[in-house]
Amino acid sequence: MEYFLQQLINGVTLGSIYGLIAIGYTMVYGIIGMINFAHGDVFMVGSFMALIVFLALLALGVTFMPLALLIVLILAMALTSLYGWTVERIAYRPLRGSFRLAPLISAIGMSIFLQNMVQVAQGARVKPLPPVITGGYQFGAADGFVVNVSNVQVIIVVTTIALMVAFSLIVSKTPLGRAQRACEQDRKMAALLGVDVDRTISLTFVMGAALASVAGLMYLLYYGVIDFYIGFVAGVKAFTAAVLGGIGSLPGAMLGGLLIGLIETFWSAYFTVEYKDVAAFSILAIVLIFLPSGLLGRPEVEKV
Amino acid sequence: MADPHAGAGAPSVFAVAFKDAAFAALVALGLAAPMLGLVTVQTQSGIELEQHWGKVAIAVAIVFAGRLLLNLTLWRPGRKKSLGYVPPKVEARLARFAKYLAPLAILGAVVMPMLPFTERYAIDLGILVLTYVMLGWGLNIVVGLAGLLDLGYVAFYAVGAYSYALLAQYFGLSFWVCLPLAGILAAFWGVILGFPVLRLRGDYLAIVTLAFGEIIRIVLLNWYWFTGGPNGISGIPRPSFFGLDFDRGDDGFAATFGLTYSPLHRIVFLYYLILALALLTNVVTIRLRRLPIGRAWEALREDEIACRSLGINTVNTKLTAFALGAMFAGFAGSFFATRQGFISPESFVFMESALILAIVVLGGMGSQFGVAVAAVVMIGGFELFREFSDYRMITFGLVMVLIMIWRPRGLVSTRSPSVFLKEKKAISGSLVQEGHG
Amino acid sequence: MIDDTPALPPELLLRVERLTMRFGGLTAVNDVSFDVRRGEITALIGPNGAGKTTVFNCITGFYKPTVGRLTLASKEGPLLLERLRDHQISRKANVARTFQNIRLFGGMTALENLLVAQHAPLMKASGLTVLGVLGIGGFNKAERAAIEKAKVWLERIGLIDRADDPAADLPYGDQRRLEIARAMCTEPVLLCLDEPAAGLNPRESLELNALLRSIRDQDDTAVLLIEHDMSVVMEISDHVVVLDYGKKISDGAPLHVRNDPKVIAAYLGVEDEEVEKVESEIAVEATS
Repeated sequence: MEYFLQQLINGVTLGSIYGLIAIGYTMVYGIIGMINFAHGDVFMVGSFMALIVFLALLALGVTFMPLALLIVLILAMALTSLYGWTVERIAYRPLRGSFRLAPLISAIGMSIFLQNMVQVAQGARVKPLPPVITGGYQFGAADGFVVNVSNVQVIIVVTTIALMVAFSLIVSKTPLGRAQRACEQDRKMAALLGVDVDRTISLTFVMGAALASVAGLMYLLYYGVIDFYIGFVAGVKAFTAAVLGGIGSLPGAMLGGLLIGLIETFWSAYFTVEYKDVAAFSILAIVLIFLPSGLLGRPEVEKV
Repeated sequence: MADPHAGAGAPSVFAVAFKDAAFAALVALGLAAPMLGLVTVQTQSGIELEQHWGKVAIAVAIVFAGRLLLNLTLWRPGRKKSLGYVPPKVEARLARFAKYLAPLAILGAVVMPMLPFTERYAIDLGILVLTYVMLGWGLNIVVGLAGLLDLGYVAFYAVGAYSYALLAQYFGLSFWVCLPLAGILAAFWGVILGFPVLRLRGDYLAIVTLAFGEIIRIVLLNWYWFTGGPNGISGIPRPSFFGLDFDRGDDGFAATFGLTYSPLHRIVFLYYLILALALLTNVVTIRLRRLPIGRAWEALREDEIACRSLGINTVNTKLTAFALGAMFAGFAGSFFATRQGFISPESFVFMESALILAIVVLGGMGSQFGVAVAAVVMIGGFELFREFSDYRMITFGLVMVLIMIWRPRGLVSTRSPSVFLKEKKAISGSLVQEGHG
Repeated sequence: MIDDTPALPPELLLRVERLTMRFGGLTAVNDVSFDVRRGEITALIGPNGAGKTTVFNCITGFYKPTVGRLTLASKEGPLLLERLRDHQISRKANVARTFQNIRLFGGMTALENLLVAQHAPLMKASGLTVLGVLGIGGFNKAERAAIEKAKVWLERIGLIDRADDPAADLPYGDQRRLEIARAMCTEPVLLCLDEPAAGLNPRESLELNALLRSIRDQDDTAVLLIEHDMSVVMEISDHVVVLDYGKKISDGAPLHVRNDPKVIAAYLGVEDEEVEKVESEIAVEATS
C-alpha cells in the first residue's frame, strides 16, 4: 500500500510536468490546428534557460533559494517565451492558411534546428545540477515502508495547480482568452469582428512556451540532469497526453498528462522500466480507437 | 513588428527597414545572450558558466544585417510577388521538362558507376541516396496519394531489416529468399497496425503511427535474447550474385567471370540492386496510379465522403495503401541490412521517419520526380557537408523551414492526371487536397 | 419484427416506413413513410430544417436510422437499406447520391471523376489490382469501356470539351451536372439528388430539368430529389412528399400538394405577402 502511494505521488509529479507541456500542444492545436513539433524542444530550451539563469544568479551571489528560484522562474519564462514567439514568427506565420503538412514539416525543421543549436552552443554532454531543494516529508513508517514526499514534489504539484488555475482563468475570463476561443471557432470571422488574429496566435505560442519553461525548470529540479535531447521524448509523451485527454481541451491536457505520468510510473514500478513507453503509447492507441476524440475532447461530427 | 508593406506617406523605406532590423536584432540579442553567451561547462568544482559574448555579438550582427538587407531588397514594400511564386505556365513547362528529365536521370544513375572517374565514395553516396529515394517513393503512396499522414514509416523499414537479419541468423535463409519475405512481413504489420487505426482522422492517425514507430523501436531495443537489444545484429550475410559470393574464392563472382577480385564489385552490385528496387517501386506506383485502386487513393485524399457514396470501401482502400507503402519500406529495410551487415535499433529512430516524410513533402506530394529530386538534394547535400558536422544539422533544420516557406507545396506542386482524353494538363497544386486521414 | 423482407409491389422501387432519426434529444425525422415509384421523379420538399437531408443520409447509409425500415427492390430481390454500410449502398443496392455542397474530387479531372465512380467493375477487371499491376487480364479493355461510358456522360452533360480539366476549375453549374453524371456512372436504380438546382441560373436550371427527365426516361433510373426551387419541383416531379419539422405533412402529385392548405400554411409560412409571391410563382410555372 505504501509502495502504491509512493508511486502515486511520483506519478502525479511526473504527470504534472507532462501536463504543463501538453497544455502548449493543446492550445496551439486548438487555435491553428497544427502539431507544434518544436514544442518539446521549446521545453528543452526552457530547462536550459532555467539552468543558465540559475547559475548566473549563483555567480552573482544570489544564494537565498526562494528568491533565486522565483527569479529563475520569471526569467526562464520570459526568455523561453521569446523563443516560442520567434519560432511562431519565423516558421509558422508565413505558412498560415497554407497546406496542412507544410507547417508540420516546418515544425520538424525547427525542432532539428533548436536541438542542434543547443547541442552546438551548450555542448552535447549532460548538464547535472546538484540538488537545490532538499528535504521533504515522510509518512507511515509502521511496517518498514516509508512514503517520501520531497519538497521538490510538493513545489512541482503546487506550482502546476496554481498555473493551471491561472491559465484557466485567463482562457475563460480575459479578453485574450475570448479572442483565443473566437479564433479557435472561426479565424476569419474573428478577424472580421476586430480580433487581432496574428497577435492572439502569437500570444498563444508565448503562453505555451512559458508553461513549457516552467515544466523545464521542474524537470531540472526533479531529475537534476538535462541535455539537448530531453525535448523529443518529453514532447512526444506530452503530445500523447494532449491527444489522450482530447486535443484542444485544457483540462484534457492536464488529465492526459497525469494519466501518462501515472501509467509510466506504475508500469515501471510493477512491471518493467524498459516498456513504460510502450505502455503509455498502447494506452493512447486503445483510447483513441474506442474514443476517437480523446477523453475530454468534443466528438467530431461528420458532416455530410 | 513593423509592417514591411507600409504605404506612401510613411517614413522612408530605409527608416522602416532600419527600425525593423533593429527590432529583429533586439530579439536576437534576447535569444542569443543566454544561449550563446553563457555556456554551461562542467568543471572540477561543479557546473559553471563560461562567457562568450563575442558569439552573441556575431549572431546579433548577422540578424541585423540580414534583416536590413532583406528589407531593402526582397521584402521591399511594393514587391508583391513572393519568393516562391512561379507562374503556372512556367510551372507546367517545367513539369513537361521533367518528363524528359526523368529518363535522363535514370540513364545517368545507370551509367554512373561505370564512368572512369567515379570513386567508391560516389557509389556509396549513390546507394544511400537511392535508399532514401525508394523510401520516399514508398511513403509517397501513403502520404502523397492516399493522403494518410504516417509519422512512423521507419517502423516498417525496421521490420524489413530485422526480418532479413533474423531469418538469416536463425534459419540461414539467403537474401534473395528473405527480400520478398521482408516485404510481405512489413506489409503484414502494416495491415495489423492499419486495421484499428485507419478509422482515426488527421493528426490522430499521425500520433498513433508515431507511437507505433516508437513501440517497435523500444521492443527491438529491449528484446535482448531475440534481437540483440541495443547491440543489434551483426554478421548479417552479404548478398550474393544469384548464388555467387563476392569473395576471393574460386567459386566467387570475380573468379567465375574471369575478373580480378575487387571489393568494388560488391559495392557496384549493391548500387544496381537498390537502383533496381527503387525503380521497381517507381514503376509499380506509376502503374497503380492508373489502376482503379490508385484512383481510389487519390479520390480518398480529395473527399472521403464522396468516395463512400460511390461504393468505395474506404477502410480497405486505406489499408492497401498502408500495406503497399509498408511493403516497399520492408524491401528497403532488408536491403539496408544486407548492405550494412549490421543493424541496431539506433538506425530506426523517429528522425528517420521525419526525414522521409520531409523528402515526400519537400518533393511535392504525389510527384515521383519531385520526391526523387528532394531525396538527392537533402541526402546528397547533407553528406556533402560532412566536414561541417557541427553546423550541418542546424543548417539542415533551417533549410527545411525555408523550403517550406518558399514552396509550401513542395518542389513539384502540380498533379499529373492519371488518364486523359485529348490533352494531359498539369493540375495546379492549389486545387489538390491533401487528405484528412 | 423486421426479420422478413417482404417483396414490394412491382411498381415500387423504395418504400420508406416509419423512419425516425434522433440525434441526442433532437428528433430530426419523426415517423416518416413514403414510396418512390419506378420511372418517376419524386421530390422531397420542406422548409429549412425539415429533415430532408437527414432522410437522404438514412437512405444512402450515412446515418443509421433510429427506427424504421427502408426497403429497396433491387435486382436480386428486396433489400433493407438500413442494414447496409455506406459504401455497400452504392454497390449492392445501386443507390447513388449527390451532395448539397458539391463533393467532387476537385484536384482530379472531370474524366477521372467519372472513372472513380466506376471503381467496382474496374477493380474486378484489374484482378483486384494484382493482375493489373502485372499487365495481364482484361483490364485495358475494361478501362476503354469505362472511358467510353464516361465520354457518353460527358457528352450528355455538355462537358466533353472540359474532360481533361480539374473538376474544381469548372463553373458551379457544370460541377453540379458533373456530380450527377458521376453518380450515374455507378449505374444506379435510384438517384438521390440533394438540392441539384441550388445556385443555378435560369438557363442552367432548364438544362438540369432536361437532364433529369432524360435520366428518368432513358436510363431506367428513378430520381429522388430534395429541392427548394419550387419551379423545378413543380416542373419536373411526378410525385411530391412534403416534410415539416421532421414529419410528413403531405404526399401526392404536384397539383395535389400545391393546393394542400397544410402545405401552404406550414411550408410557405404565415406571412401573406410571401404566400402570394410563391403562389404566383407556382401558378406561373403551372400555366407556362
